[in-house]
Amino acid sequence: MARMKFLCDADRCIECNACVTACKNENDVPWGINRRRVVTINDGKPGERSVSMACMHCTDAPCAAVCPVDCFYTTADAVVLHNKDLCIGCGYCFYACPFGAPQYPKVSNFGSRGKMDKCTYCSGGPEVDLSPAEFQKYGSNRLAEGKLPLCAEMCSTKSLLAGDGEVIAQIYKERVVKRGYGSGAWGWQTAYRETITI
Amino acid sequence: MLIKRKSADVQRGRLQSALGGLASGVMDRRSFLRRSGLVAGGVAAAGALQIGSVRKAEAAVYGPATGTKVVKNICTHCSVGCTVRAEVANGVWVGQEPAWESPINRGSHCAKGASVRELVHGDRRIKYPMKLVDGQWQRLSWDQAVSEIGDKMMEIRAKSGADSVYLLGSAKFSNEGSYLFRKFAAFWGTNNVDHQARICHSTTVAGVANVWGYGAMTNSYNDIRNSKTVIFMGSNAAEAHPVSMQHILTGKEEQRANVIVFDPRLTRTAAHATDYVRFRSGTDIAVIWGLMWHIFQNGWEDKAFIAARVHGMDDVRKEVAKYDPKTVEDITGIPGEQLKRVAQTFATVKPATFVWCMGVTQHSVGTANVRAICTLLLATGNVGSNGTGANIFRGHCNVQGATDFGLDISNLPCYYGLVEGAWRHWSRVWGVDYDYFVSRFDEVPAKGGRAARTRKQNMETSGHTSTRWFDAANLPAEQVDQKDNLKAMFVMGHGGNTIPRMPDAVKGLEKLELLVVCDPHPTNFVSLGGRKNGTYILPICTQFETSGSRTCSNRSVQWGEKVVEPIFESASDYAVIYKLSQKLGFATEMFRPYEMVQGKIGLEPTAESILREINRGGWSTGYTGQSPERLKLHMANQDKFDIVTLRGAKGSPVENDFYGLPWPCWGTPEYKHPGTHILYNTALAAKDGGGTFRPRFGLTRERTLPDGSKVEDTLLAEGGSYSLNSDIKDGYPEFTMGVLKKLGWDKDLTPAELATISWIGGNTIDNVSWSTDLSGGIQRVAMEHGCVPYGNGKARANAWNLPDPVPVHREPIYSPRVDLVAKWPARPDERTLRIPNLHTSVQKAAVEKGIAKSFPIVLTSGRLVEYEGGGEETRSNKWLAELQQDMFVEINPADAAARGIRDGSLVWVTGPENNSKARVKALVTERVGKGAAFMPFHFGGVFQGVDQRGNYPKGLDPIVVGESVNTITTYGYDPVTAMHEGKVTLCQIAAA
Repeated sequence: MARMKFLCDADRCIECNACVTACKNENDVPWGINRRRVVTINDGKPGERSVSMACMHCTDAPCAAVCPVDCFYTTADAVVLHNKDLCIGCGYCFYACPFGAPQYPKVSNFGSRGKMDKCTYCSGGPEVDLSPAEFQKYGSNRLAEGKLPLCAEMCSTKSLLAGDGEVIAQIYKERVVKRGYGSGAWGWQTAYRETITI
Repeated sequence: MLIKRKSADVQRGRLQSALGGLASGVMDRRSFLRRSGLVAGGVAAAGALQIGSVRKAEAAVYGPATGTKVVKNICTHCSVGCTVRAEVANGVWVGQEPAWESPINRGSHCAKGASVRELVHGDRRIKYPMKLVDGQWQRLSWDQAVSEIGDKMMEIRAKSGADSVYLLGSAKFSNEGSYLFRKFAAFWGTNNVDHQARICHSTTVAGVANVWGYGAMTNSYNDIRNSKTVIFMGSNAAEAHPVSMQHILTGKEEQRANVIVFDPRLTRTAAHATDYVRFRSGTDIAVIWGLMWHIFQNGWEDKAFIAARVHGMDDVRKEVAKYDPKTVEDITGIPGEQLKRVAQTFATVKPATFVWCMGVTQHSVGTANVRAICTLLLATGNVGSNGTGANIFRGHCNVQGATDFGLDISNLPCYYGLVEGAWRHWSRVWGVDYDYFVSRFDEVPAKGGRAARTRKQNMETSGHTSTRWFDAANLPAEQVDQKDNLKAMFVMGHGGNTIPRMPDAVKGLEKLELLVVCDPHPTNFVSLGGRKNGTYILPICTQFETSGSRTCSNRSVQWGEKVVEPIFESASDYAVIYKLSQKLGFATEMFRPYEMVQGKIGLEPTAESILREINRGGWSTGYTGQSPERLKLHMANQDKFDIVTLRGAKGSPVENDFYGLPWPCWGTPEYKHPGTHILYNTALAAKDGGGTFRPRFGLTRERTLPDGSKVEDTLLAEGGSYSLNSDIKDGYPEFTMGVLKKLGWDKDLTPAELATISWIGGNTIDNVSWSTDLSGGIQRVAMEHGCVPYGNGKARANAWNLPDPVPVHREPIYSPRVDLVAKWPARPDERTLRIPNLHTSVQKAAVEKGIAKSFPIVLTSGRLVEYEGGGEETRSNKWLAELQQDMFVEINPADAAARGIRDGSLVWVTGPENNSKARVKALVTERVGKGAAFMPFHFGGVFQGVDQRGNYPKGLDPIVVGESVNTITTYGYDPVTAMHEGKVTLCQIAAA
């Protein structure tokens, strides 16, 4: 079975935000909720790099570990989804998530923040696949139609890759070989302290 | 409720089981991907997304909702030309899917393209015609609105003349809309017709055409995949043309190419470059000549190419000698060693291409800037082959097409100019008497010491430019070289915040008796100034709500199919132009050739029938082979084109064609010319898309030798430079009937072709040329002999008929380097296109007033990826507006610290003219150098600190408003095209 992953090739990402508006377009995400966003580091300085971020659909998801109502579940495709009917809007998952993926419709220091919303890997939620109820609560279910998340499909420079982890890793490896320099993956320098000149 | 997906047949419940049930349609899509070569393994796969290992279909259950149809159109934002694949159910655009098959975008979009669906749902679209009565907006019917507008136009015409009504068109028109609007101006009797090309690439078009023949991008976005060196100058493609970066970054990886960015800002594009060169705004010529100095000094130039295909390079050599590294470093700020390294790379790591945008064009020396770059390309032999060329990224989705069809003050469609022969040519195509057009123009009385003009002379005189429309309203009548001042603006699809000196524009708006704004969203023209009466708003639909062709930057023509019917009461450009022509009394004559169909507000012509008329007349630019049928065939077979060569695959219905039949596509559609992917490419035969430089500047030119004697230099190609399989193995002039006779090739003409040529030529049949022969016979015969219809000439490095024939550095009008102004002054005052152009006076006054001291920061402007142009459309799109909610100014940390400005705080930016000021947020960043600032140009709706939301009709104000940079920008106009100097001025910034 496939293990669905996102991989953002930071050498290709130009911060065009197509992934962001594609997500809004596809899932009718309201103003203020950002399932996906582009983060730029060293903005305006030499070495500036951008990377598109959303829920990374972790293997051992910290959000699921802290959820008091256990609303998270992992699908057979390794996509982390949640049940909005169970969610109480406590915000624990927001604190647990290393990527800032969970989003809430209400801002509040006390009480509920409303039903949490996050990237579903364009694969809906626990409702019946492709049903109106599913679309209303979670947005579209492209995976059920045999399509990948629209953010990756529409990426302007083919920087954001989505698909089975092994397949996209292979695509990325081929790119690195072609480029002729070290990994170049975002985070590589932090992890391996390897000096990379681009 | 959900109208997006079919809800029937859903029984499986859980995702896992659903994954087992992929529809057969889905499988088609996967196999389609494979067929189109997108996932053909290896490197090709690197650019594509694979569907992963989703389990294979067991049964076909799910698919798009029943009755959903897929319609293909083209993104209405930048000039890359991304295909938009729309899913439509019950007349509603319900989904947008990637168009994998397009060789241009391969499914991709940027933020704007990925959000275009919102345009046809937008609740901020203009719903119905409106007019302003004592400061209040009132609803009108279409009939009443057009009737009132027409009456007022006729009144102004009777009182002040046809030239007093300014017709401002749009690069958002389709080709057919552009052409129709130009034709409308001809029937109305004015050359005061313009569009956004004036403010984006008018200097490029004029500059490039004056070097080698045609004013357009020579290669394509896709072709940059072949380049080993790419220079960007004044172009931030990552924000302005994001999808082009797919080709550029892939090319960079595959070719290990050098990507060098010249820009005053470290842009998002520069972040992906191998070398970034920061220089001072407005010193482009010094930069280019600085590169050339090293090239000549080290003998890196391509001597064979220059000898065979370039005239006047020695004149450039003399000028370049003045730009030694020390001088150049002083002017531009670029370290000498860096410039030398770049020069060597560009000249020796070939093929190399040069990309430029508005950073180069929007200057008071814009045309000269462009010619300097062309000269660099010529000197290094980087024109006319794969991976080379002047890759000019244009701005709007159809700015190339709108330029081609003469939404321009100095041209009839297809660059025929305004001479009598041009008018006679189009009169023949339109089937209207030439004398009728003469009668429609104004007689201009003698004034201000200038001679009077007859109707015919006025008809052949270039109009007034859109960059200075308000000057034509504000200046004393004596200074304006037409019958009377400007009294009315009829604006279709053009923002009001896109040109400098907005405080002057406000005064101009108050002088207008009539202002008509036709747009999907109310533009800044509506909100600016304090008009109380005489303003009309007409709702126009977007190109997604009508059909037509559009030409992308690389000259490929793409057909867009109507996705949905125009929403609310909006109507297409075609319908509105027809309705107004009816009111003005020339609709019958003007629309006779077209097939008319019933639209929402009355009859309207079909885009197909307009394109057929273009095909009958567009010989000079090769717009004759792109019939609607051929264009539609290309859209249906997009997957058959190679993504590097753009050639149609063997055995496919589009075999051998280049994608979108990039012009010139010579001859009739039946001749099946494949279009021209790369201009001036001698490696291909003329009828296979090859070409040569166009000899349009005469055949010889006299030169005085040092001893005083004179020689004639040929302007035709030499040294065995000709396109493949040419029967003439040398340079040759353009083809006319006379030339054919001399060569004995006239016998190859068919009797029908000969009959048409005789009808056109009458007694002077020898003068009928490749561009006026309506039969296409002359072009056909020339190509059958392997010759290019327009001839085989030399490009010229010395454009002797233009100001500064060999470009020289001139300090910007508002220069921070007062010490350099004396040595490198602006041009002397002159008249440019109907009004005075006071380069020197303004520059001198600025120096004397010490402007550089009180306004020490150099201000430039540019794009953000989320917005486009004046920005009303994109700032009204909720998905885009959310991403950029504030107007800002980028300021260097050192300058900010000196002024006590913190990141994110409010500041006043003040300009040197009109006591202009703008209240914006500070973005403190090293992206701009010390002493430089940057502001995006998409904002409007706030003017000098005052919110103008109240001026919009209720509910139609954009979601995001902000100060316009053009409140601050200043005087300065190119002497050839009157392009404004939007990219360099001075300002001061203070904490608010």
